Amino acid sequence: MKTERELELYIHIPFCIRKCAYCDFLSAPSTETVRKAYVDALCREIRLSGEEQKDALVTSVFIGGGTPSVLTARQTEQILEALGDAFRIRSDAEISMEVNPGTTDRDRLSSYKKNGINRLSIGLQSANDNELQVLGRIHDYAAFQRTFQEARQAGFTNLNVDLMAAIPGQTLRSYEESLKKVLSLQPEHISAYSLILEEGTPFYEWYQEGKGQTDHPALPEEEEERRMYERTHELLTAEGYHRYEISNYAKPDRECRHNIGYWKRKEYLGLGIGAASLIRETRFTNIRNLTEYIACIRGGGQLEQIRENYERLGKQDQIEETMILGLRMEQGVSLAEFEQRYGVSMMELYRKVIEKYTGYGLLNCQDGYLHLTERGISVSNVILADFLFD
Amino acid sequence: MASIDQSKIRNFCIIAHIDHGKSTLADRIIEMTGLLTSREMKAQVLDNMELEQERGITIKSQAVRIIYTAKNGEEYIFNLIDTPGHVDFNYEVSRSLAACDGAILVVDAAQGVEAQTLANVYLALDHDLDVIPVINKIDLPSARPEEVIEEIEDVIGIEAQDAPQISAKTGLNVDQVLEQIVEKLPAPKGDPSAPLQALIFDSVYDSYKGVIVFCRIKEGTVRKGTKIRMMATGAVEEVVEVGYFGAGQFFPCDELPAGMVGYITASLKNVKDTRVGDTITDDDRPCAAPLPGYKKVNPMVYCGMYPADGAKYQDLRDALEKLQLNDAALQFEPETSIALGFGFRCGFLGLLHLEIIQERLEREYNLDLVTTAPSVIYKVHKTNGEVIDLTNPTNLPDPAEIEYMEEPMVKAEIMVTSEYIGAIMDLCQERRGIYEGMEYMEATRAVLKYRLPLNEIIYDFFDALKSRSRGYASFDYEICGYEHSELVKLDILINKEEVDALSFIVFAGSAYERGRKMCEKLKEEIPRQLFEIPIQAAIGSKIIARETVKAMRKDVLAKCYGGDITRKKKLLEKQKEGKKRMRQVGNVEIPQKAFMSVLKLDDK
Repeated sequence: MKTERELELYIHIPFCIRKCAYCDFLSAPSTETVRKAYVDALCREIRLSGEEQKDALVTSVFIGGGTPSVLTARQTEQILEALGDAFRIRSDAEISMEVNPGTTDRDRLSSYKKNGINRLSIGLQSANDNELQVLGRIHDYAAFQRTFQEARQAGFTNLNVDLMAAIPGQTLRSYEESLKKVLSLQPEHISAYSLILEEGTPFYEWYQEGKGQTDHPALPEEEEERRMYERTHELLTAEGYHRYEISNYAKPDRECRHNIGYWKRKEYLGLGIGAASLIRETRFTNIRNLTEYIACIRGGGQLEQIRENYERLGKQDQIEETMILGLRMEQGVSLAEFEQRYGVSMMELYRKVIEKYTGYGLLNCQDGYLHLTERGISVSNVILADFLFD
Repeated sequence: MASIDQSKIRNFCIIAHIDHGKSTLADRIIEMTGLLTSREMKAQVLDNMELEQERGITIKSQAVRIIYTAKNGEEYIFNLIDTPGHVDFNYEVSRSLAACDGAILVVDAAQGVEAQTLANVYLALDHDLDVIPVINKIDLPSARPEEVIEEIEDVIGIEAQDAPQISAKTGLNVDQVLEQIVEKLPAPKGDPSAPLQALIFDSVYDSYKGVIVFCRIKEGTVRKGTKIRMMATGAVEEVVEVGYFGAGQFFPCDELPAGMVGYITASLKNVKDTRVGDTITDDDRPCAAPLPGYKKVNPMVYCGMYPADGAKYQDLRDALEKLQLNDAALQFEPETSIALGFGFRCGFLGLLHLEIIQERLEREYNLDLVTTAPSVIYKVHKTNGEVIDLTNPTNLPDPAEIEYMEEPMVKAEIMVTSEYIGAIMDLCQERRGIYEGMEYMEATRAVLKYRLPLNEIIYDFFDALKSRSRGYASFDYEICGYEHSELVKLDILINKEEVDALSFIVFAGSAYERGRKMCEKLKEEIPRQLFEIPIQAAIGSKIIARETVKAMRKDVLAKCYGGDITRKKKLLEKQKEGKKRMRQVGNVEIPQKAFMSVLKLDDK
């Protein structure tokens, strides 16, 4: 039997109620008129892309942002309908959407469910209201609890909760409390990230550049941050979750298939402004300018006109990516798949690097997979950098 | 061609303290004698090395022949020989002076007489040169020409009442300087028909002409076809071309008679055959004796120079050979370091000389270098009676075999305004200086005299002097022999491994302090790595200081999804690039600049 060409879809909704102080995603507050125009344009891009990717079978869809739940139920439905019309979507496809507490209600949630969304990712970040305020979130913990319960009531059986470690002012204790509160709700999946100071955000200015400033709560020390990371692993493991990627934990068989696709280098197509794609070993992104995007699509523009930054990946690039992305996963990279795909043995190609880091106890080779050890994860950039060619 | 009238030749140089305007005056003289039009003038024509222009100082001696029509209507040939101003280059100054009959002394109208003004005048007088003083920067608001004239007469003891008061920058009164050159400086002597006797004062390598020898003809005449002999090396060659110097150009001519300054090419391929200071004579009709060669100057400061990229070793050797050709004071020999691989132990006149060679290697030869801590030459007296000149700390014999050690000393003269005398005395004290006296030159300025160990001034003494006197102190020194001293070798261990390139010799009383500072500095320079790295300073097997570079705790990207991949990969690439610029010593990666960080340990 001939295997079909599989494809993942990412849909970007660049709108939010208010920009958070740490956020560097392409997203901003907007007006209803702009949102409507964007959804219309997006639906046209979906149709054009479906035509372009006729031969592909879609295995997952991820609607991210921004805050996709700022769209009306009707707008979301419109997007999902367009997707269903334009693409062949596998019947068991994972269809995820990000929602933020304070932007959903029962009607919206039932509408999502009715229109085929089968997984929700809820942006909580912290169960501590002070910390939520520091981050610039629009909701408190109570609002999250309501959203979570309503999602369950609407019939969602696959829920993710986003949590954040190393928030300014956060302590190991307050972080553990957040973890425990979330665990009491038993979501199927938890993403627990450490805060990253991204350039261009207020946080970056406060903490990276303006060091020594006192009117913002301090970032936890590195040592404390590492304890948070370790505690996450300990507590979640005890509750029956397993870590399958550096920052992702799931109950058995509840891993996010869409995201695993990125780390295994499956093909994906990004739709909407700024969205990234990997199609036939070429990476490209959509243009980031909202007005330009809408005008171009509305004016009957073709897909090439809203795409830029093409990067054709040679075999070396593919190998490098296979390693630096694959090693993010707990399972690691399969030696057999590697050799089958690239016609060369990983152990031979990377002998020196692998020997060096297995010697340090930072990499481990077991059951046909190369993976990072617990200690290796903490310093993984040093190791991954060595998998790049000279 | 009409024979040259010796009485119409003037061979002179310009001497000055650094920054008093020597090169500017040279430019102005060249411009005003009409050899070049204003348009052709690049600023500072004589400083044609890129580095010299950037630093605003003269490193290599240069010479130029110009024609001046005096007020009396006669045409004169001026051979202007430019000289470096810094104390490190006394040697080069000395070479240039030997080719001259007179000197123009430039003194800044605001700064007055400085330490190097004195040093340079004494050098000129040693060479029997007539000196005419010139007061420069008369256009500055702070100019005080009358006082400076008095200073010149009192301090130096030369008549200065009719010294031209000029602005080399604007050209004001520079014509007076030109006239005084004609009137006050002597014409050369020498018999054009006597046996050839010429002094080599410089040489350069040209890929077409081979070695070009710069010389002053003292007696006789040299022309194309003359079979010349280098009296010290014995090399004999036939002259291919003789000529004189334009600004940055060579002009061939028929002959160079006694009294002239010019160049000779003689298909000399071997650089070593032409030694600066050697005498050239006619092989068929040799002169009776060589000219007194000028003071041979030996390197005072040594350091290891290594190519950052080991594959560039041969390139480094070639570059050093080329530089040595016209910089006889530069010496080098191959050495190997466990930490740095193959390189050279190089000898220099001083720290500035070292820095300039390093920069020339990096810029003109595109070499990336790692330099080890500079060292002076220690005399190691062994128990078996043998005496070793130690230039590389790594070669220090076992302490059991050492009877005692000696280190080179200098006599230093520091000129300073009275408000900073205390600060400078403190500095000299810290550097083990022995106070030898103080003389007030005027109410607010004094010369401090100290006897100092050379190894205390080769690192950062000059910088410290400037920073503690807000730039007002100036400094000159001369070597004055060796003294018994309590010295130890300080080793640095990184991750328990001795790093030979970081070892140095230090006064026993300063060892703890220096060891501690070294460890602190290295802790700053060495980035955290996958494991904890102890940094230790040791004398023999005794650890005297320790710092620890903590193990890296965290270097991980929390998130990497579809939209992040390209950007995150670039981050990793950058990380890898940074690592390439490190030296691997054992398991530890050490940034190249850590090896040089030991140079700057003064923290005041």
